[in-house]
Amino acid sequence: MSLHLTFTNLASVDWSLLLHRIFSPEAPFLRALWTTVYISVIAQALGVVLGTTSALAGLSRRRAVRLINQIYVLVIRGTPVIVQIFFMYFGVNLLFGFNVIPNEISLVGLVVPGAVIAGTLALAINEGAYMSEIVRAGIESVDEGQLESARAIGMPRRLAMRRIVLPQAARNIIPPLGNEFNNMIKTSSLVSFIGVYELFQDAAVHYSATFKPVEYFAAVSVWYLLLTTIWSAIQSYIEWRLSISDKTRRAGAYQSFSEWRARRKNETVLPVDQVHA
Amino acid sequence: MNLLDRRSRKGPKVKGETAPRAIAGPVVEALDIWKSFGSTAVLCGVSLSVDSGQVVCVIGPSGSGKTTLLRCLNHLETVDKGSVRVNGELVGYHERASGQLVSDSESETARKRRHIGFVFQRFNLWPHLTALRNVIEAPVHVLGRPVAEAEAEARALLERVGLGDKCGNYPATLSGGQQQRVAIARALAMRPAVMLFDEATSALDPETVGEVLKVMRELAESGMTMVCVTHEMGFAREVADRVVMVDEGRIVEDADPRQFFERPASERSRRFLSALH
Repeated sequence: MSLHLTFTNLASVDWSLLLHRIFSPEAPFLRALWTTVYISVIAQALGVVLGTTSALAGLSRRRAVRLINQIYVLVIRGTPVIVQIFFMYFGVNLLFGFNVIPNEISLVGLVVPGAVIAGTLALAINEGAYMSEIVRAGIESVDEGQLESARAIGMPRRLAMRRIVLPQAARNIIPPLGNEFNNMIKTSSLVSFIGVYELFQDAAVHYSATFKPVEYFAAVSVWYLLLTTIWSAIQSYIEWRLSISDKTRRAGAYQSFSEWRARRKNETVLPVDQVHA
Repeated sequence: MNLLDRRSRKGPKVKGETAPRAIAGPVVEALDIWKSFGSTAVLCGVSLSVDSGQVVCVIGPSGSGKTTLLRCLNHLETVDKGSVRVNGELVGYHERASGQLVSDSESETARKRRHIGFVFQRFNLWPHLTALRNVIEAPVHVLGRPVAEAEAEARALLERVGLGDKCGNYPATLSGGQQQRVAIARALAMRPAVMLFDEATSALDPETVGEVLKVMRELAESGMTMVCVTHEMGFAREVADRVVMVDEGRIVEDADPRQFFERPASERSRRFLSALH
């Protein structure tokens, strides 16, 4: 009986529409795809900057500076992203009494609507709080002796951080950072709720017009999957590049990208995102 | 790949003389140093004066305060009481006209440390940089010297410690003894007025201890002022101009090595030496 039902339902799927949505996307769709990509990239980049700044603030010797970091991380991680996006879009301008978030900005002929700006900023601020913890963990995993030897030779603390500690911390940060960006690609769909025309919004609009949820949402899932898969490939390439000058490259133990990947697959320990765990 | 490297960076704000000024009087002068960690008193009124070109070996049982004494000399530990002068300059403090001592700023402390070479027990080489770049890092980024000039000098220094062929190696591809010799070259690249060795051979396997001691011996013969915390009695006996015996935070004997090893003046030294044989 249930088998029969399944078949009936499958038969009702408009396969040509589904395939069309996947393989021959139209111009508005491609624009939506582009919007998803650039919002994710910019939000992530800003998030990394914010997160690094926040992590350094958290390691400051001044208590007040550390407190700012603690409050930021506490508030942002303790509230839903969707609330932060709505607050940024509807609340911030009212709160300050003037347009902190502009209605739109024009960049070399491109008009960026206010919703995109608010959405990207909210995602960046949210991401910064998570990155803050990742960067802090990355810095703390660098041996104390590293900072000590840098200072002993005459480097002021900041220079030692920048030249000696952060480059080493970056190696520890890259794997969880990759996971964060994977999340960011998917989380960026939430900005559709403040009217940004991105991937999910495109699917939702078509669904409302046609009441064909299966075709549109399945097709958009394939596209999200494509984006995250491409990113995974880029991420492993970056990790391979980082491993070259790392301890794994003993004399003569150079591994090509394919060798490295094959070996890594057999390793039981994979980079784990400690923060979201 | 070094994510945070910016080769184009200009020299630091405080450019200083690259070679220490020659000053009459002792190179290192510690006066009545007191230091405790919590309720544990580690140094109880230690005074030590080292003249230019002298090699002083500091020996004593574990936990006697030798390493803390050495770390106080370049302000890796702050002293609770007393003063340290290197090349006639107060380390970690400056004197007001009234005679009151005031803590130095971070950059001022860093500037004073440039002429104090420090070699760690655990080498603390920077693993993300090759041997050559470990050596040029501080001359280029602290003293603001041109890369080509610093590199030529670094190659000569690595040659001098017997590692001319290892310039391009990352620390992970070097043995302990080789790493420690790179660390010595790294400290020498700052043209220090004094070299401080903190149990430089304690973390090495017996086979490679000799190669590091050889470098230290040659350095002593070249006229470098050295303070070596060490457990190598043979080295102390043959190379040192003075042997300083530390126990329970106090200097119990400060003598010529021949006299110290053959006719130790204090009962504590006698007990320490007899335990070694």
